[in-house]
Amino acid sequence: MVTLKIDGQKVTVRKLSTILDAVRKLDIPIPTLCHHPELSPFGGCRLCLVEINGSPKPVASCTTFARNGMDVTTTSPRLEKLRKTTLELILSDHPKDCMVCERAGDCKLQELAYFYGIRENRFGGEQRVYEKKDNNPFIARDMEKCILCGQCVRICDEIQGVGAIDFAYRGLRTKICPPFENDLNCEFCGQCVAVCPTGALTGKMWDQKGRQNFKEVDTVCPYCGCGCNITLHIWRNEVRRVSSKEETLNEGWLCAKGRFGYGFIHSPDRLKKPLIRTAPKDISAFPIHQTNPPLPPFTKGGRGGIHPSSFSLHPLSSFKEVSWDEAFDYIANRLKQIKENYGPDAIGGLSSARCTSEENYLFQKFFRAVIGTNNIDHCARY
Amino acid sequence: MFGSGAMTNSIPEIENHDIIFVIGSNTTETHPIIGLKMKKAVRRGAELIVADPRKIDLVRFSSVWLQQRPGTDVALLNSIMHVIVKEDLIDKKFIMERTEGFASFKESLLAYTPEEGERITGVSREDIIKAAFLYGNAVRPGIYYTMGITQHTHGTENVYAIANLALMTGNLGRESTGVNPLRGQNNVQGATDMGCIPDFYLGYQKVTMPGIRQKFEKAWGIHLSDTPGLTATEMTRAALEGKIKALYIMGENPVLSDPDMNHTIQALKKLDFLVVQDIFPTETAELADVILPAACFAEKDGTFTNTARMVQRVRKAVEPPGDAKEDSLIIVELAKRFGVDMTYDIIEDVFREAGNLWPALAGINYRRIAKNGLQWPCPTHDHPGTPYLFKGAFPRGKATFTAVQFRPSDELPDHEYPFLLSTGRHLFHYHTGSMTRRVDPINRVSPCAYIEIHPEDAQTLNVREGDAVRVSSRRGTIEIMVLVSGRPAKGVVFIPFHYREAAANVLTNTALDPISKIPELKACAVRIERVETSPK
Amino acid sequence: MDKDILIKVCTGTGGVASGSKEVLETFKGTISSAGIAASFSERCSAQRVGCRGFCAQDVLVDVIINGEKTTYKHVKPDMVGKIFTEHILNGTPVAEWIVDKDYHTFHQKQTKVVLSHCGEIDPEDIHAYRAVDGYKAAKMALTSMSSQEIVNIVKNSNLRGRGGAGFPTGLKWELGLRIASDIKYVICNGDEGDPGAFMDRSVMEGDPHAVIEGMIICAKATESHHGYIYVRAEYPLAVKRLQMAIEQCYEAGFLGKNTFGSGFDFDLKIFQGAGAFVCGEATALMRSIEGKRGMPTPKLWRSAEKGLWDRPTVLNNVETFANIPRIILRGADWFMRLGTERSGGTKVISLSGKVKNTGLIEVPLGVTLREIVYEIGGGIEGGKSFKALQTGGPSGGCIPEELLDTEVDYESLALAGSIMGSGGMVVLDETSCMVNTAKFFLEFTQSESCGKCTPCRIGTKRMLEILERITTGRGKEGDLELLEELGHYIRATSLCGLGMTAPNPVLSTLRYFRDEYEQHIRNKKCPAAVCRDLITYSILEAVCTGCGACKRVCPADAIRGVRKKPHRINTELCVKCGTCFDACKFKAITKV
Repeated sequence: MVTLKIDGQKVTVRKLSTILDAVRKLDIPIPTLCHHPELSPFGGCRLCLVEINGSPKPVASCTTFARNGMDVTTTSPRLEKLRKTTLELILSDHPKDCMVCERAGDCKLQELAYFYGIRENRFGGEQRVYEKKDNNPFIARDMEKCILCGQCVRICDEIQGVGAIDFAYRGLRTKICPPFENDLNCEFCGQCVAVCPTGALTGKMWDQKGRQNFKEVDTVCPYCGCGCNITLHIWRNEVRRVSSKEETLNEGWLCAKGRFGYGFIHSPDRLKKPLIRTAPKDISAFPIHQTNPPLPPFTKGGRGGIHPSSFSLHPLSSFKEVSWDEAFDYIANRLKQIKENYGPDAIGGLSSARCTSEENYLFQKFFRAVIGTNNIDHCARY
Repeated sequence: MFGSGAMTNSIPEIENHDIIFVIGSNTTETHPIIGLKMKKAVRRGAELIVADPRKIDLVRFSSVWLQQRPGTDVALLNSIMHVIVKEDLIDKKFIMERTEGFASFKESLLAYTPEEGERITGVSREDIIKAAFLYGNAVRPGIYYTMGITQHTHGTENVYAIANLALMTGNLGRESTGVNPLRGQNNVQGATDMGCIPDFYLGYQKVTMPGIRQKFEKAWGIHLSDTPGLTATEMTRAALEGKIKALYIMGENPVLSDPDMNHTIQALKKLDFLVVQDIFPTETAELADVILPAACFAEKDGTFTNTARMVQRVRKAVEPPGDAKEDSLIIVELAKRFGVDMTYDIIEDVFREAGNLWPALAGINYRRIAKNGLQWPCPTHDHPGTPYLFKGAFPRGKATFTAVQFRPSDELPDHEYPFLLSTGRHLFHYHTGSMTRRVDPINRVSPCAYIEIHPEDAQTLNVREGDAVRVSSRRGTIEIMVLVSGRPAKGVVFIPFHYREAAANVLTNTALDPISKIPELKACAVRIERVETSPK
Repeated sequence: MDKDILIKVCTGTGGVASGSKEVLETFKGTISSAGIAASFSERCSAQRVGCRGFCAQDVLVDVIINGEKTTYKHVKPDMVGKIFTEHILNGTPVAEWIVDKDYHTFHQKQTKVVLSHCGEIDPEDIHAYRAVDGYKAAKMALTSMSSQEIVNIVKNSNLRGRGGAGFPTGLKWELGLRIASDIKYVICNGDEGDPGAFMDRSVMEGDPHAVIEGMIICAKATESHHGYIYVRAEYPLAVKRLQMAIEQCYEAGFLGKNTFGSGFDFDLKIFQGAGAFVCGEATALMRSIEGKRGMPTPKLWRSAEKGLWDRPTVLNNVETFANIPRIILRGADWFMRLGTERSGGTKVISLSGKVKNTGLIEVPLGVTLREIVYEIGGGIEGGKSFKALQTGGPSGGCIPEELLDTEVDYESLALAGSIMGSGGMVVLDETSCMVNTAKFFLEFTQSESCGKCTPCRIGTKRMLEILERITTGRGKEGDLELLEELGHYIRATSLCGLGMTAPNPVLSTLRYFRDEYEQHIRNKKCPAAVCRDLITYSILEAVCTGCGACKRVCPADAIRGVRKKPHRINTELCVKCGTCFDACKFKAITKV
């Protein structure tokens, strides 16, 4: 353990903690743009500078180990001046389009510019101009807004283990990009989007779908069994964005499906009315190809399974919409009839690993207690 | 085995393993976040053993990769255990105090020398020995597996072999040490826990066990059947045989997910009555007599239980579209039509009722899991939940070793069908694709089905990437695009089963594991021919 | 039979560029040609040697007969015949081709330690190196000294890192020795990136074995078994000679398993850098070897604790390593006494700019800058007056006349607002504009910034933009204060040495030549008449003879005038190219 003094307060931290860790432990506010607790120290933004008594130059607290007996000052006119200059410099090469920026209100740079009251900037000069040309479907990359904090590069390499992006070029034109500036072609986990402090990386499907005043609902991802905690951002009865908080079992990390795969919720294909079959089954059921009959033309993605039929778009061709009462009565009558004629064990129920536990409980209870059979299973085996 | 089918550890424990043994699980694609935790463990110094017929992404992070021939897991595991016994890396104290049947089990390993292992599995003896030493000397090892282990006609034997490995080395019942089957769907654990299986009521209480039925009859106030039911695969067969007349399918799509699609469709067509309750008009719904519109996860309250037994809150965020209803309300309404009152005031009442019938959930309520979930068993309201199972004891007292012998897959490649087909998921799509294939950006990166073929096989078949091939098995034929890839071994091909237009399950075999009734989706024999017209 | 006639031809990069390969071949051909008695040929040996420093007079050739050395300058292949017949055969040196006084004054004030073999021995021949006591020190170190003993000698020698920062080498080695690890590395930093610097290149080309021997000794001292020499790929000759030297060492058993039969293993590899200036920074260099982008990483750990691949690593510069064998052989005291109280030994410097004698020199630490400029350098060229001495490469500063008595060592130069750096010195005379000079150096560092930290990436760019403003007549009040503030800000906040020192050229010129800046801003004039936008060309009517030479060469058609009458320049049309200025034979054109 190491004990040091920060702004006059004593604090004890584990060995090999940085000064920033100690500062954070005391909950002293200190601005950072490139620091992330789960990533290797970077020391790029230079905002977390502190003074150590006895050393002439300020040091970056994120890349300096705390040592016994250190006397650290986190704020002084000199430090604030240096920090303000850093911010001015960053802003001198940053598009001033906060009013239309996806991140407005959730942008660390904007926040710091506000706190440091940077209305005017002493520095003008060249700004980077980049074409927005990445055609990947998930992640919008606006590199003019990139402040080179490197969190995306580190998270992709260190957490995701992919390394899809890195720094390229030098000087002011230093830029983060995929190899040869190709379109991003990765796992699209969006971890980089989650850690980006500015509007440089955002979700493409977020565009003009709202920024603030979302209702946030914490829930669990509907895909695999990891059980990642997600937060749905709701605007007018619509899921507009998915994020995850850092203090969850998945530490805020998600995969492409969890982060970007929410579009199905509001798909026009959703079933909206109970449907009862009108056409006989043999005619309506889709053709399955055996080896003999000639196959229809090869469409992209193959053939021989079920053909992209018109069913999913026009289910009404073989069904009619009915009221819930009609549907319930119909089902109850048919099931009762079958139970009467063949016994309860002629009826089976397949439950769903996608439904809630409560629904599964009710479903098996319905089959066991109401229908009277143990013919109940779900797809645990597939 | 040693108890219920669930991960013995929790997800946060993964990063503290010193050895991770992944067998039959493409974790980074099927369970991406658990994959991240494994990578984190490796970053923190853990060593990774990957056993997979395909060169999955995790191989990049591994110390040793065992590329076994599909379906030879028992031989691989037995030969690893052979080395562990030979090198005396077993945990004698654990074996003595907490297990039984070791002596006869030990005998069963004698034949599985590394040389024999190499002959059956194709994995070099050096790698088998290396893996044995890594696992045998580990302090906090974890074994992870998924359907690559269970979807075989000898899936139960595979699982026994894994259990034996953990038991003989005493690697159970400690933090960051255990055996972890990864469940494939968000709430497959919850559905199983809640008794949606034919032979168990909720909480793995056997339907046929004396006293249990009476307990449930009392609780539910109704007479219950004492005959165990049929599993899903058996139901399909029974439908074909005319024994099952009606099926009620809530939120499943067996047409695409079950083996031998033609067989499934015939069975469903044969039914007198089929109800499908879903959020989308799925392939299965096309065969229904009644389709009921359900609410999706974002439109209801309740809980999901993840693969690590963690019960977590699901919250309603938006209203369902049109007349769609929550599944629970549909069931309750339907029960009313049968004169049974299953109504509840709030959905938590249902959870509470379950907790009254299964002590492992008794200590959990919605207030306690408002922010973070709890892992069952959690019997009382002040119980902190159970991150890892079997500390100190197994539910049945002592765990038993079960000797298993290698048995080849039901259908092996032959002259007529020379390739071995394995199926599974990939990163971007999910299961039968009813959700993800309706997400536009996902479709853009992963638009169409493909078959992974080893470069040398591609050369022999005279096909290049993007060409179309006709893939046939004894059950059906599909045409599909070629992806030349170094991932599968020579002679082995892989097709993801998400795509209806080239459905892998047209080809797969319905042969079942006799005990678990899990079909052999991971191995069947196919023939591949070049199709002259290339895809547009 | 003894070879008592030696012909040594400089084959450093400078020599090769001037045609030394052909010169050497011609000598060899002449020696073995028909008509020369075989008995005589056998007494002759023509050999390649490394750079001796005075590259301006290349190809330099020494003819040594019975120990008596005569040096020829600017030798071309067609001169070989005459030198051979008159001097070598008949004993009369070709007087008109012999180097003059300059050559000797250039060398007189120097003390050659690191460069002592350069220009003397064949760098491609391990035997030549062994003949001058090569690998004796390494053998001693490996077979009869303990690691701590070696460390102690290096500590006592007061040798400090020659890469620029001047960290005591012995201390660094001691740290490296003290930290236990199964794998440790020794790295030689040969990524010499300062424009115009060629100290390390000359050593690697002229005496590669000395560098390798230094590394072997370091390996023993720090108990490391793996070494890398990081050389930029732009130094093909250095790479080639080091590679040859390494191969010879493996053959001789000086590298590899059981070196010198001592049971100590040491493997050495060359890693070629891709030519990023920042890769000369130690952490960036190590990332580059790891296959990552060469970007400095925060110094949470010292390299001696966690360096290359997170293993303990001792990294020293080429010149530092080349000093080591000499220190071991001749003792710490000898070396210490060569220098000043705080820094032992000598420093290799590349002297360039407006002095008469330019080239590579080696001086004991503690000589004054004045001695370098006026004695070794021979004073300012063309009778112009001295203005400033720029030291330390692009990250260094400018030192004015009044501080020329500053001694060459790390602390004194820092006090004067500059740095030792890797040892570049550029002499500036009255025709140099200090604002433009500062801009030139900043342009370099700015474009070589790795882009990681804000002050260096954006700060230096903004400074450069202000300088551009000033040199094009758009400077405004407050610019100098802003430059100073930014300069101090960058110095205080940058992540690595590149950023921290980048403002030096600006800050030091602002300190000593502020009036020049003010002239640019207030009067829109460049006193040295360098900044093109601030120059006006005009014709002195009294001097102009009306010859028309200026008119003929003017590309903008800006000069008018009748023959034999004074001409005039139309300043509106003038593009300030200066062609007329150079064309006028009567000095009738002025530039202010």
